Amino acid sequence: MVTTTAEIWDWLAEVPDPEIPVISLVDLGIIRDVSEAGGKVIVTITPTYSGCPATSVIEMDVRAKLDEHGVAYDLKRQINPPWTTDWISDAGRAKLEEYGIAPPSPSKGPERCPRCQSTDLERISQFGSTPCKAQWRCKSCLEPFDYFKCI
Amino acid sequence: MSALFEFCLRMGDNTLILGHRVSEWCGHAPVVEEDIAMANTALDLIGQTQMWLGLAGEVEGQGRSADDLAYLRDAAQFRNVLLVERPNGDIGMTLMRQFLFDAWHVEVLAALQSSSDQRVADIATKALREVEYHVERSADLVIRLGDGTAESHKRMQTALDELWTWAKEAMAGDDIDAELAAAGIAPDPAEIRARWDARVGAVLAEATLTPPDNDYIHKGGKSGKHTEHLGHLLATMQFLQRAYPGATW
Repeated sequence: MVTTTAEIWDWLAEVPDPEIPVISLVDLGIIRDVSEAGGKVIVTITPTYSGCPATSVIEMDVRAKLDEHGVAYDLKRQINPPWTTDWISDAGRAKLEEYGIAPPSPSKGPERCPRCQSTDLERISQFGSTPCKAQWRCKSCLEPFDYFKCI
Repeated sequence: MSALFEFCLRMGDNTLILGHRVSEWCGHAPVVEEDIAMANTALDLIGQTQMWLGLAGEVEGQGRSADDLAYLRDAAQFRNVLLVERPNGDIGMTLMRQFLFDAWHVEVLAALQSSSDQRVADIATKALREVEYHVERSADLVIRLGDGTAESHKRMQTALDELWTWAKEAMAGDDIDAELAAAGIAPDPAEIRARWDARVGAVLAEATLTPPDNDYIHKGGKSGKHTEHLGHLLATMQFLQRAYPGATW
């Protein structure tokens, strides 16, 4: 069976992030490369935060997906260049917002409340329910929400 | 024992021991936002430990993993500075310790991004992005509590008075630091000290806190001479691997 790298990208686009299942690993921008060497597929993954417990779950999920298709593979973990929220795809950003998580913004704070779109916001804490999120509150609808913080 | 190996242990043991200390707060912090912030800070530090101790094992070349180095060394083989093994005390003591450490950590990582060893530069570049959030929070809270109520001010000043002589060991250069600086692997500690002084001075002034007039520096951790606190910490942290050697799940 001949498998193209484009097919592998498609398979990986079906693997959800374990902590934010509305976006895929490809949307999140942590699959850095898919290549072939010596009859094996090499998938290069970049961790988000150094201590993110999802990293090993993500590797397990990628293995499961590749096993499902019966291809020989090696996984590579790469830290340089470090992952940045700039690598989240536009589709991923839209899905995050729809899910209720404000996507990262260059202004270092959310652009608007993901529920009511108000821009009257306040930060509760730079740290949140996972290493990649901060806690914010909307002063219009009074709901707290997660913000995917820039890194 | 190579200077690079010692350097990786110093970096990784600092993040491991402080990460463990901070994790002791999990479920005990005064407000839930701080509980979450401290658990996340601990997680970042322990994640960075995996990279530093992983590199230490690779440099050593004897097949020891980051886990082997974390769980199977005794106190005298640890190279963390004495500051990070200080007990947590109250939340003020914990935050002051964090700020004094973060102020060093953020400066040293920024400088290490241009290390002559690419592996060191890669880890530093990754870790710096996380530590910038750590120092933003710890500086902010030192200011809010220092320039807060009479009680919070008193507690922050007490913490500063107690920790001051423990705070600067990382920047007190020794022969290994000189060798690392000469090889371009790590910055000259004196340069980091100048930047630390400026950053810490500005935050303490805004926090209305006064550093003690005492230049003494407690040293020893970088060469394996620790206070009694480290052994107690390790007894908890290493218990499982000591009681059930090689246990995995």
